[in-house]
Order: sequence, then C-alpha cells, then structure tokens
Amino acid sequence: MISNRTRYLTQNVAKVLIWTAALLTIGVMMLILFQVLAEGLPVLHPRFFLDSPKNMGREGGILSTIVGTFALTLVAIVFAAPLGVGTAIFLREYTRETRISRIIRFGTDCLAGVPSIIFGLFGFVFFVIFLNMGWSILSGGLTLAAMILPTIISTAEEAIKTIPYTYREVSFSLGGTRWQTVTRTILPSAIPGIFTGIILSVGRSIGETAAVILTAGSSLVMPTSLFSPIRTMSVHFYILAREGISMEMAYGTGAALILLVLIVNTAANWLLNRYIRHRV
Amino acid sequence: MSEQRKILIEDFSFYYDSFQALRDINLKIGAKEIFAIFGPARSGKTTLLKSLNRLTDLIFGGRHSGAIFLDDLNIYDPKVNLTQLRRRVGMVFDLPTPLPMSIFDNVAYGPRLKGSIPKRRLSEIVEKALRSAVLWEEVKDRLHTSALRLSGGQQQRLCIARILALEPEVLLFDEPCSGLDPISTASIEETLTQLKKEYTIVLVPHNIQQASRVADRAAFFLNGEMVEEGPVFQIFTRPRDKRTEDYVTGKFG
Repeated sequence: MISNRTRYLTQNVAKVLIWTAALLTIGVMMLILFQVLAEGLPVLHPRFFLDSPKNMGREGGILSTIVGTFALTLVAIVFAAPLGVGTAIFLREYTRETRISRIIRFGTDCLAGVPSIIFGLFGFVFFVIFLNMGWSILSGGLTLAAMILPTIISTAEEAIKTIPYTYREVSFSLGGTRWQTVTRTILPSAIPGIFTGIILSVGRSIGETAAVILTAGSSLVMPTSLFSPIRTMSVHFYILAREGISMEMAYGTGAALILLVLIVNTAANWLLNRYIRHRV
Repeated sequence: MSEQRKILIEDFSFYYDSFQALRDINLKIGAKEIFAIFGPARSGKTTLLKSLNRLTDLIFGGRHSGAIFLDDLNIYDPKVNLTQLRRRVGMVFDLPTPLPMSIFDNVAYGPRLKGSIPKRRLSEIVEKALRSAVLWEEVKDRLHTSALRLSGGQQQRLCIARILALEPEVLLFDEPCSGLDPISTASIEETLTQLKKEYTIVLVPHNIQQASRVADRAAFFLNGEMVEEGPVFQIFTRPRDKRTEDYVTGKFG
C-alpha cells in the first residue's frame, strides 16, 4: 500500500521533471533561434535576397543559393513523392503481406537509417561519375530523392493504413475498380498524412549539406539548366563559416534559411487546414 | 414465392482458408420479394450476402465451390464483369458507411465510376435516388455539406440512396438497423417496404421481430448450414425443424 504522502511526492516530482523537460526543449530552441537571428537579421535587407554572391560570398547577396535550394528540393520531391506514394499504395492496396512486401519494407527501414553522407557518396559515384551527370541540380536532386524516399513511403503507408476498411468495401460494392477506389476514396482521405511526410522531407532536403556538396557541387553561378552545378543555402552557410570567409554573411544566410523553413511550414499548414476544412 | 426466380444458389460452400463458413447452400430467391436470412452470430449470413455480389473476392484466402445464378448469369463465371455485377447487386452494410465527402458526392460516387455524366443528368439521378430512399426532403437544402454530419438513420438511408443511384436489381442489406434507434429503424423498414415494389431484397435482419415485420420469406442459418426456409408466417409459427423452433422461441441465440 502506497501512502498518500508518497503519492503526492511522486506526483510533484513527476510534474517538476516534465515541466523541466518541456522548458529545456523550448529554451534550447529559443537560444539557437535567438543566436542566429540576432547575428543574422541585421544582414537581411532586400538586396541580400536579390543579389548574387560576389567575391566568394564576402559581398553581395545569396540569390543564386536560394534558387539552387529551391531547384534541388523541387527535383527531389518531384521524383520521390510519386515513387514513395506509389510504393505505399502498392504495399497497402495491391499486395498482401508477402515476402516481397516484407523485403521492400525492410529495405526502406534500412535506407532510413543510413547517414546522409553515404547517400552523398552513392550519388557522387552513381549519378555524378557513372551516369556522367556531373555536379548538377539533377544529380543532387536524385540523391536527395533517394534519401527522403523512406520517409515518404512510411508516412504515406501510415496514412493509408488509418483509412477504414469499409471505405474500400463501399467503393468496390458500388462497382469501383481497385484503381478507382485508390484515386477516389483512399488518396483523398490519406492526403493530409502524405502531405505531412512530404513537408518533413522538404525540410530535410533544404537542410541537407553533406550529400549536396558531393553531388550538386558548390558553384555560386546562377544555374541555367538541370545540369548546372549549384550551391544551396545550407552549403553556402557551411562554406562561409568553415572556411572563415565571412561570419556575418554566414549568419545572414542562416537567418534566411530559418525564415525559409518557417515560411514553408506555415504555408503548408495553412494549405493542409484549408483542405481538411473543405472536405469535412 | 413470387413466380419469377431472381437468384438461384446451388450447392454453394465458402471457406476462409480452412474454416468452412457455408455448407452446401441451396436456395431460390424470387424477384421483388424481401427474403430474410436469419440466425445466430457466425452462422454464415454475411458471407452469403457478400457472395451474392462477390465482395468475398476481397478476402485473401477465401474460396468457394458450387454456383450462384443471377437470372441466367453464373456470377462466378471467370468472364463475369465484376463492376457490372456489383452494379446489379448493391449492398448496404451493417453500420452506416458514408464516404468522407458531401451528400451529393456520396450518391454520385457510383454513377461517376461509369464515366463522366452531364451535370444536369447527374443531379436528376441523385435526386431520384434520394427520393426513393426517403431522404430527399431532409437533405435537399444541404446536398453539398458533408455526409458525416447526418444522423445515423439519415446516413443509412444515404447509403441506400447511393446504391439506388446505380439502378440495381437486387439489394443486399446486412443488419441495416444494428446501429440505429427505434425511430430510425422504423424509417428504414418503411423504406424497405417501399423498395420491394421495384427491387429484389435480401435482408439479414437485425432481429427476428424485424424479419417477421418486413420479410416475405425467410431462411434459418446455423453454423454455415441452412436449416430450413419458407414463408415467414410458416417459419415463425410452425417451424419444421426443432433447431429453428428453439431459435425463434428464444431457447438459444
């Protein structure tokens, strides 16, 4: 029998620990944000976003790296999203739990645990050299696509899994084919979950550095095609800071990066809420 | 039985992997009658219903023997077009199953699967279906709001309307009132009697009383076997089999 005193004590200790955990998390986050924004915000005036870097990034702005970041992320999502969602649909709707589906799932789980530099090395050897695509948006984008694929597959699979079996039964009983059932009933219901996975992946793509340096290069020249090498904002930040080119510009890039991620997430949330409200 | 036969079930058995859910069922169901299939849980009622439009095909590890004819069509013939079969034989499930979309889109779901339909024509189909399911008056002003906001009874009538929009010949009802209150149940039963004028109805009733209220003929199922079948009046007042008598008088079940 536990005495009342012990129970109250446990209760209070737990409360303190849980509050500490929450406050520490928020505190650390605030500290990082504050540090980067305090150093970086003064650098951010419109010209910083509209000019391309000059003199290795010591002067000028970061326009070409913003373009590079967007291009790379776009390529990654364009390849990974259909492939990932397609795989999830295959695993959930087109096959029973078999050896093949277990192998695919095991493979994606392994892939999810591989460090990004390994993807970079693979991308360098396979896309850059073997396929002779050079350091380019395409090489980098495909490498990132491979990196984010497991996330997209598993979030899409989770989203599809939560859809009631009855929806499928209804659709089939009304004469729907499997494909019609997928496109008209399952995907519309699963979109919020799938979308969340894609947004997570966008964040990872924007923030990735190691894999990108090895596959997309670090050119500051404004890209003109998918085969142009580029430098993303994260890579720019890394090089500016690492090679001691300009801490000021590095912090400016960092602040811009944080703002970008913030804007992407806010916009995504807004879109998602609108979609959900519209449907139900 | 009405003079015209609609469904003929011949030596039909169904297995889930090694479990035999139906044993050598032989049954005739007439056109435009309400035929009730009743019995305790796990007696194979739902399996038989789902066999009638081959929804059982969705079950991994399910297999059958014997044959089922719809008019003269052997529905298990490999050449049968499943989409067409399921449009001729519609099913309403035990719990209301509105899809997460508007009332209009729910009813239009089936017709739209056939291909694009002019908007005017689609509106007519939807209105007619909702009227036949006795739901039109309640929802005509909010066709484009979510079907999930309807009450349970309304949702179930929506599911009926959704089937009717395909102009089927046979309607399968699997305990359509199990989640509903007595008033909603009465409205569904009223709808059933209306529908009988045009459709053949196979009903797994919610309870024995419901079978006696709405059905013309009935069959008693037990452990996958059909114990007996006949006019409702006879089966509930003078059952031939001891097991049927025990069940309808409430000795077990």
